[in-house]
Amino acid sequence: MKESWQYKTFRVFNVTILLLIVFATLFPFFNIVAQSFSSESYINAGEISLWPKGFNTETYQVILSDSMFWINYKNTVVYTVVGTLISLVLSTMIAYPLSKKRLKGRNFLTMFFVFTMFFSGGLIPNYVLITSLGFGNKIWAIVIPSAISVFNMLIMRTFFQNIPDELEEAAVMDGSSTYGILFKIVLPLSKPILATMMLFYAVGHWNSWFPAFIYFSEKELFPVSIYLRNLIKGAEASYGTGATNADNITQIASNIKAVTMVLTVLPILLVYPYIQKYFVTGVMLGSVKG
Amino acid sequence: MEEAGKQTTVTKWSLTKNSFIAFKKDWQLYSLIILPVIYLLIFKYLPMIGNIIAFRRFIPGGSIFGEEWVGLYYFKMFLSDPTFYKVFSNTLILAFWLLLITFPAPILFALLLNELKNQLFKRFVQTASYLPHFFSVVVVAGIVFEFVAINGPLNSLIEFLGGNRINFIQLPEWFRTIFISSELWQGLGWGAILYLAALTGINEELYEAARIDGANRWQQTIHITIPGILPTIVILLILNIGNFLAIGFEKVLLLYNPLTYETADVIATYVYRVGLESGSFSYSTAIGLFESIVGLILVFGANYLSRRLTDTSLW
Repeated sequence: MKESWQYKTFRVFNVTILLLIVFATLFPFFNIVAQSFSSESYINAGEISLWPKGFNTETYQVILSDSMFWINYKNTVVYTVVGTLISLVLSTMIAYPLSKKRLKGRNFLTMFFVFTMFFSGGLIPNYVLITSLGFGNKIWAIVIPSAISVFNMLIMRTFFQNIPDELEEAAVMDGSSTYGILFKIVLPLSKPILATMMLFYAVGHWNSWFPAFIYFSEKELFPVSIYLRNLIKGAEASYGTGATNADNITQIASNIKAVTMVLTVLPILLVYPYIQKYFVTGVMLGSVKG
Repeated sequence: MEEAGKQTTVTKWSLTKNSFIAFKKDWQLYSLIILPVIYLLIFKYLPMIGNIIAFRRFIPGGSIFGEEWVGLYYFKMFLSDPTFYKVFSNTLILAFWLLLITFPAPILFALLLNELKNQLFKRFVQTASYLPHFFSVVVVAGIVFEFVAINGPLNSLIEFLGGNRINFIQLPEWFRTIFISSELWQGLGWGAILYLAALTGINEELYEAARIDGANRWQQTIHITIPGILPTIVILLILNIGNFLAIGFEKVLLLYNPLTYETADVIATYVYRVGLESGSFSYSTAIGLFESIVGLILVFGANYLSRRLTDTSLW
């Protein structure tokens, strides 16, 4: 096939534009990484772009020796693990029955869930409910209100629907109960979607900060996102033992922020190459109407 | 259907009986839904009913449904509150520009990606562009702060080009630009996924036929590619219009400060401040309920219009 000169020009232009987009996407993040290894004087002089200047790892040492950072980081891990487990169990419990045509009231139940995507109680009624349940300063305030994402649940339901009925019918002949079918046949066949859902929920819980922000007042319970939030909003926070006086604090503040940001996204970056395809398939499944 | 209507009583009775048999035979399947339904009732529907405190006086520590009816007292209150009009118009302006810029951008991005012949390069661009989507909004806010900081890379570039350093984050006239750019930065790649999926679904034979007819690549794009992804565009547009007012509230909360309230303060952040910082629960619930209802009307309205005009709709 012959290409016109216009199309050839366009293709050169296209590759250039896309490279610029990639650069613009990655630059702000790489700049933070470079800052995290730079000394503050170069940062203040505005000299850091993609490569550290005055290379040092002191700021990492300061943050990593701050006990509050570790406490908060560990909290995030715990909230993420517990939250993801609860989300997975609850989502499976509703997605599986809704995937069965024989379930009476299936359409009504689906609407009952989908409606919450378009209308919600709003900030204040939710706050009043959660606090009056006594969830303040408790892990439940973080993991329960966001336990079921209807969007994720619909993706799971679509996947379950596509499992051939014959497999389950054969198990019924052998005398398996619904629970037996779910655990022995459906769930083992659903490993790809369970992995996708696990990642969807885990990333969501890892990145969450607002519930902890409004429901938690004890520093020892904060997730690392609040630790970071307090740093970047300049609120009073523990800057670690490395900073002994006020001058030192303001001096290393910019580094500190950069280091904390890098450490906060590090787990996401480490799994990113593996999870990317799961996320993409998940979104594609979700787009199938059903 | 007509037949069934005449035999209502019989049908009704056998329906209950059938349900009972189905339930008895399949109780394990039904037992699974109990916990999720209770969850939904308590954590999604109860707060919806909790909106009733917009019409009732609420005392912290008292009933979550308030103490006594006050009618439209709180609604009249916000309708005479000048700040409400300010945050309402801020919300509309920000939402309008956000939709205008962040909605078409992923479509263009997907179309550009679609023209790439080298699959490896295409993968690379996609992988890089999805990355910011996975960052926590706190990290994104941190990146924005550093990027536009007085000694940050953007200002260094401005200085290099001969301009003066600008303290972007404290200037109300820059807030919308910063906010929309950060949304674009975070969502461009991810937003293109569904369009890319739709693009791969277009029948290759259509392009063959067009080439035989002598259509160039531009004409093919206009007459085959765009119509091919139009249903996807419409569906996503409905969803976007439905979420029109639901601007990334958490991001605004992180990025704004009292100096930029003039342009940055939106309904959701105002509700947050009035409700959780000042403790006016009923008043802020009234404003929040107003926003939710407008949002609901927008979803149904957009869906209705789309069904009438394009035959594509969510339901």
